[in-house]
Amino acid sequence: MIPAAPAGLFDCRDAYVRTVEELAVADDRIVAVVNDSIGSSKLGKFRDRFPDRLVNVGIAEQNMIGVGAGLANGGKVPFVSGASCFLTARAMEQIKVDCAYSRANVKLCGISSGVAYGELGATHHSIEDVAWLRAIDGLVVIVPADPWQTAAAIRAAAAHDGPVFVRISRMPVPELARSAAIFTIGKAEVLREGGDIAIVVNGTLVHHGLAAAARLADAGIEARVVNMATVSPIDTDAIAAAAATGAIVTAEEGLAKGGLGGAIAEYCAEHAPVRMRMLGFPGFAPTGSAAWLMERTGLSADGIVQAAHDLLRTR
Amino acid sequence: MGESDAAMRSGEGVRPDGFGARVSHVAGQARWMRRRLLGMIVDAGQGHPGGDLSATDIIASLYFDVLRIDAANPDAPDRDRFVMSKGHCTGALYTALAAAGFFPEAELDTYLKPGSRLNGHPNRTYLPGVETNTGPLGHGFPVGVGIAVAGQIDRADYRVFVLTGDGELQEGSMWEAAMFAGHRALSNLTVIVDRNGLQQGALTEDTNTLEPLGDKWRAFGWEVVGVDGHDHAALLAAFDDAVLPRNKPRCIIATTVKGQGVSYMQHQASWHHGVPSRDQYDLALRELEMEITR
Repeated sequence: MIPAAPAGLFDCRDAYVRTVEELAVADDRIVAVVNDSIGSSKLGKFRDRFPDRLVNVGIAEQNMIGVGAGLANGGKVPFVSGASCFLTARAMEQIKVDCAYSRANVKLCGISSGVAYGELGATHHSIEDVAWLRAIDGLVVIVPADPWQTAAAIRAAAAHDGPVFVRISRMPVPELARSAAIFTIGKAEVLREGGDIAIVVNGTLVHHGLAAAARLADAGIEARVVNMATVSPIDTDAIAAAAATGAIVTAEEGLAKGGLGGAIAEYCAEHAPVRMRMLGFPGFAPTGSAAWLMERTGLSADGIVQAAHDLLRTR
Repeated sequence: MGESDAAMRSGEGVRPDGFGARVSHVAGQARWMRRRLLGMIVDAGQGHPGGDLSATDIIASLYFDVLRIDAANPDAPDRDRFVMSKGHCTGALYTALAAAGFFPEAELDTYLKPGSRLNGHPNRTYLPGVETNTGPLGHGFPVGVGIAVAGQIDRADYRVFVLTGDGELQEGSMWEAAMFAGHRALSNLTVIVDRNGLQQGALTEDTNTLEPLGDKWRAFGWEVVGVDGHDHAALLAAFDDAVLPRNKPRCIIATTVKGQGVSYMQHQASWHHGVPSRDQYDLALRELEMEITR
């Protein structure tokens, strides 16, 4: 399984549960709904503090999402948490109909998304979730990058009247340095200015994007780094600004086709044609640790630097 | 068709005193609903008359006697909830909602027409009185269970009623929900199974056996009662607060007839989504006036 986060790196689930607990203290409408996933969602402490407000439906994801929508009907603000692979794929029609189409005030938390489950294999990987969910009308899709942004996204989700999906990684990530600690649904965050190329990333790839930009700067290339945490609704102004550099590399811990890369490409093809490289998983991953899978797929600073050089060479 | 015969209805929104008067009131509303929904289906050229007619008496009993609802305040936190899990039977649902005052009765004439709020499956985001969007089978029941859990957490005194089809019980999500409702002992939850015995193309028992259905629900922790789903007095008695179990949810298996009230539709799978011709419609209206029974 996955080792604990090394010093200086953080498991974003901790920020997630800390924030849900803080919200629950202040607002008794907050409840948590799980599919036997109290441990993997790290909600043990929430259960101990709010025993009546932890609804464990057992191993039944379709019912979990339906119950979440029903709790919202009954005036609750449910945070429905489960491994992203099961929460999304098993219950996709419930997400579409009970949450999005019904505009139910449900907060879906996809835990251990991407390839975090490493050696457990493609059944447990959730590389498709962003592509699937951003196709659903009215569903906000957020892929936070670090503990601070995870907490901010959870708070924004609670404040938003309507269904929200927050993708919560367990892959260790650093806390990012920011000049302005502001998170707004639908607004991208420019973490570094640069006019030669744009690196558009989210989730666990953001710190790799920043590391890649530092190395490109050593080679005289100024890269703009955009943290596109909200994939739906997407920040089209930020895409246009990225496209104005003349080249975009996207990178994400998921399918590039249909995911963040796909979303950027859709906008650019219609409004701001630009050369792109889209880094992400091509399909079902082979056996290997999460770190090994990321590295071999080019989801690293090295991979982003390489893609940037390739793109600029063909300019 | 626009048969805006409000005069046929008696005492909209007012529950009369006395059990006999209550039964008559529900029967009158049900008779009106059947005529009105058939007209809507003929006018629209599509619909699900078979299931509408099997569910009409159940829905009429709820809306015109049992449910504690106020059309002027459809989002009241303490309202009773009715969840239409068999979401395709909108003819029965919409006529009841209109007669209960959730939207103007004349709007029924827009059924399935371009831009209408009366979609082929109910939509809460633009039609008051709808609790959750349904249509794909297996959705409404889990949502109803979630509402009942919210009521249980809040110790609220509202009740949750879910109407399911019988064919719908072939969906796995229904049994996930049934198991969890039994586990939580949701005594504020009542499920009514519209047991007309037919699914889209055939008998349930020839397609994927449901029986012994009562035993299944009991095994999942439910109190089960059987009732004639077209007997208004029996339905009102089954819905009565006083007979509710205190520590488990209740399942009412309502034996019904698909196409109830229209001779040529009764027990016919082909009327799941058939549309009467003009002559057939006229015959149906005459039969409904005579209140034919099985």
